[in-house]
Amino acid sequence: MKALCWYGTNDVRVERVPDPRILNPRDAIVKITLTAICGSDLHLLDGFIPTMKRGDILGHEFMGEVVDVGPENKKLKVGDRVVVPFTIACGRCYFCERQLWSACDNSNPNAWMLEELYGFSGSGLFGYSHMMGGYAGGQAEYVRVPFADVGPYKVPDGLSDEQVLFLTDIFPTGYMAAENCSITPGDTVAVWGCGPVGQFCIASAWLLGAGRVIAIDREPERLQMAAARNKAEVIDLTQADVYEKLKDMTGGRGPDACIDAVGMEAHGNTIGDWYDKAKTATMMATDRLGALRQAIHCCRKGGTVSIPGVYGGLLDKVPMGAAFGKGLTLKMGQTHVHRYLPLLMQRIERGEIDPSFVITHRLRLEEAPDAYRTFRDKKDGCVKVVLRP
Amino acid sequence: MNMELTFPEDAREGRVRSNRNLSGFERWASIVAGAGLTAYGMSRLKNNGWMYAGLGGLLLRRGVTAHCDLYEAFGINTAGDAGDTRAALRGSRGVNVLESVTINRSIEELYRFWRNLENLPQFMRHLESVEKVTDTISHWKAKGPGGTTVEWNAEIYNEEPSKLIAWRSIEGSDVVSAGSVNFDNAGPGRGTRVTVNLQYSPPGGKIGARIARLFGRDAATEIHEDLRRFKQLVEAGEVPTTSGQPRG
Repeated sequence: MKALCWYGTNDVRVERVPDPRILNPRDAIVKITLTAICGSDLHLLDGFIPTMKRGDILGHEFMGEVVDVGPENKKLKVGDRVVVPFTIACGRCYFCERQLWSACDNSNPNAWMLEELYGFSGSGLFGYSHMMGGYAGGQAEYVRVPFADVGPYKVPDGLSDEQVLFLTDIFPTGYMAAENCSITPGDTVAVWGCGPVGQFCIASAWLLGAGRVIAIDREPERLQMAAARNKAEVIDLTQADVYEKLKDMTGGRGPDACIDAVGMEAHGNTIGDWYDKAKTATMMATDRLGALRQAIHCCRKGGTVSIPGVYGGLLDKVPMGAAFGKGLTLKMGQTHVHRYLPLLMQRIERGEIDPSFVITHRLRLEEAPDAYRTFRDKKDGCVKVVLRP
Repeated sequence: MNMELTFPEDAREGRVRSNRNLSGFERWASIVAGAGLTAYGMSRLKNNGWMYAGLGGLLLRRGVTAHCDLYEAFGINTAGDAGDTRAALRGSRGVNVLESVTINRSIEELYRFWRNLENLPQFMRHLESVEKVTDTISHWKAKGPGGTTVEWNAEIYNEEPSKLIAWRSIEGSDVVSAGSVNFDNAGPGRGTRVTVNLQYSPPGGKIGARIARLFGRDAATEIHEDLRRFKQLVEAGEVPTTSGQPRG
């Protein structure tokens, strides 16, 4: 089959590789009908995530048709059309039973790696480095899905691939980030980053009853999407002092909740941003965190900072004093996709939201390497790329 | 046959095996600083020097015994496992490992699985097979270095249903080994805590020494991974893997 493989920083290629096969009793093999490039895939392209190996197949947002099932998989049948959560969960451990699916105890074959780094290991993920399990991803023609009697969710008839694909990651991720804000009616929610996850944070904040949503970015097309499609008020961070602007907009109080939908590769122009760039470039720190600093700084007293943006390692100059001094609540983590998928599928079925609005580029799998670059450089108004094998 | 091993009746008793909780560096730092403070205090006893001398004495004791009461109170141990194990076996140069895991299954189920010792090679990587001879006696085969196999007979010498299983090699075996597993309730809705204590000792015999070397310093890691596989097997029904999947 054809698959998008990682060969090093800024080096991804479409290669011919063997087809996947059933390796464990609860597995299934899915023939991919639609897949996407995630913003977090760019961290892999940029070499920010350790434990990648040459030849690893990328991709953790994918859906398709079941073509083979393992002997212990009683839930799926050949021919089922499914979306597959990017987090892999066994469904039977302490954490899965408590709906903390991305903390699954049993799905990461390389759990020892994360135990060394983080103390304890979360679940395995598709196509996201060996410390996250080393599972081959879904930017390919076929993919092997472990614990496929738990994760894959059947798509109701009448919904298109484009409408449901983002249930695999970015819609639940944005939704969980908004839910983590504990929004009460009338709350003001500020969202840093108007990429695909940011857009779903905005949309979800509305679904959960926010009174105002303010979106912050530096890319005109993304601000435009946030304003026109998602009805957010917007701040262009290259044009305004974000803190002053937010204070003005909220009558001097600050937003009730702030969402960092940017993560570890923030681009900014403050002294802190240049400090991070120098430190990450010289390997003295692993993550850049301009958005997170600003979110903590701007949040109102007693408010919540919610972090769907991915962080991987050690952060420097985190304004812990501000977080403590204002009594903030910080919430974060990999998305418990399994918890949100059925609920959000219903919202799509009821017509409350059509997630396909984020798609700006529809390409073939063969074009993936170029698509990665276009997406990374935010060229051509690129917000979200979907790939058809 | 040299049988110097201690066979803990209860794995949890095995936890307190050594008083040492200081690293070599800290021991010597304590000794040097303690001696200095004591000397300083003695030289000016009139001006509260007894306080310095006393503090110095405490530091000296901390260094000499390699034990710090404060560390113990806070659960800190800088001595490192290797030293611990050596101290615990008191010259019998074996491997002694204590590891535990919490599993989302009932005590009864886990006890039954483990009581059938033939199940152990499913998750214990160093074991090739365990065969039942009688209800309490079994024949064990383990992988040795360089593709060799080592074998011994073991007996279950203590068992309390749904609580404890303890086994040890039978006198006259080439390998002296012992193990115990404890099962206890981790709290309402929190599953079962499984605590394993394993010992291998080389009683002069070459084969025993090989086994010890096989485990080496990483014995704890090895057993930790074994217990992880045990948990995966009984919770998820399979051990997750990626071997055999495609790559570029």
